[in-house]
Amino acid sequence: MAVQTDTAAEFKEYAHPERLVSTEWLAEHLGEPGLVVVESDEDVLLYEVGHIPGAVKIDWHTELNDPVSRDYIDGEGFAELLRSKGISRDSTVVFYGDKSNWWAAYALWVFTLFGHEDVRLLDGGRAKWEAEGREFTTDAPSVTPSDYPVVERDDLAVRAFKDDVLLHLGNPLIDVRSPEEFSGERTTAPAYPEEGALRAGHIPSAQNVPWAKAAADDGTFRTRAELEAIYIDGAGLKPDDSVIAYCRIGERSSHTWFVLTHLLGFDEVRNYDGSWTEWGSAVRVPIVKGAEPGEVPGR
Amino acid sequence: MTTTLPAQLAEIRDEFLELEGKDRLELLLEFANDLPALPERLRDDPALTERVEECQAPVYIALEVADGVVQMHATAPREAPTTRGFASILVQGLSGLSTDEVLAVPSDYPQMLGLNELVSPLRVRGMTGMLARAKRQVNAKLGA
Repeated sequence: MAVQTDTAAEFKEYAHPERLVSTEWLAEHLGEPGLVVVESDEDVLLYEVGHIPGAVKIDWHTELNDPVSRDYIDGEGFAELLRSKGISRDSTVVFYGDKSNWWAAYALWVFTLFGHEDVRLLDGGRAKWEAEGREFTTDAPSVTPSDYPVVERDDLAVRAFKDDVLLHLGNPLIDVRSPEEFSGERTTAPAYPEEGALRAGHIPSAQNVPWAKAAADDGTFRTRAELEAIYIDGAGLKPDDSVIAYCRIGERSSHTWFVLTHLLGFDEVRNYDGSWTEWGSAVRVPIVKGAEPGEVPGR
Repeated sequence: MTTTLPAQLAEIRDEFLELEGKDRLELLLEFANDLPALPERLRDDPALTERVEECQAPVYIALEVADGVVQMHATAPREAPTTRGFASILVQGLSGLSTDEVLAVPSDYPQMLGLNELVSPLRVRGMTGMLARAKRQVNAKLGA
């Protein structure tokens, strides 16, 4: 049973306004049957410090990743996880988290791989909720286990693998890392741990649009007009393009995937979760260094 | 390998290993809450503390050596409890040790706390970086 959507005026301009909820909306709807609030953070302990009342925690490292192979959990694992969080197949799931919803968007994207229909982001994330002085609690939510079905993960629609990217070369690519990582000065985000790419630079022809450009100072998404100026006028993307976004491990690009897909209404956006930690270590894949996108090599 | 850990580091390790799952995370949170504020003298001059680049959150550390005894200080934001917890473990574990003892702490001490599966190896690497930088600072103080 889906919960009604947030009809706030500020969301109307987006292609899919039903994918966002405001802090006001969430405060009003907390506890409503059919709604599950999920906190997903970069910091694995932040939820324990205090969370939105009733919210459950999902950690991307320890819960969404397969513990052995570099992949996401499978349908069986996803069903088991969601049952334990009290999420049903028809639940409305609202994600929020730290860092302008960086990890919340990542969790939402993983839910999308399993075709979970009603997924939304809390605009402004944890920081906005906190800045507005809204309630946090350390009380564990009371969860009634659900009967979430086993659904096979769909890796075609919104996910791209390295071979897909190789075939895609010549079509729009968007690199959402920092300018330093893009140019090849470094392989990790400034102030982030080294995650083991052997080469630095970017995938030929990729446009560099750091993910955070999509967020305003208060962590909410920029207006549709501002987003169009960044991605359409600035990076030259068109809504009917097939676009692949990547970053370092696929989390920042989930945020951009959300913006292009749900806020700007692009038809075909895939997230390359292997991203630079795979491409930058793969043998004989083309790489461009410097601030310019560069040319796709002839095949 | 017969490296013996200094007693206070061994105690912290055992405290973690005695607990399971959620309780172990809870203990890390307690460490985070216990991190003492930076002493006044280190607060205002950014040159006195070193940023730990390996950590995702902004964390700064400073090591002082007086009469051959090490004192570690660290600061990290409230919104980064995991990083604060890591810093707090090292502040409690290294402070009061001799310089030799600090330099002999195995670089993989962070891996001994049983946090890899709960916190993820990637995050634990932030603590490994913090320990390496702490040792480097002690070394630099000795060379000075």
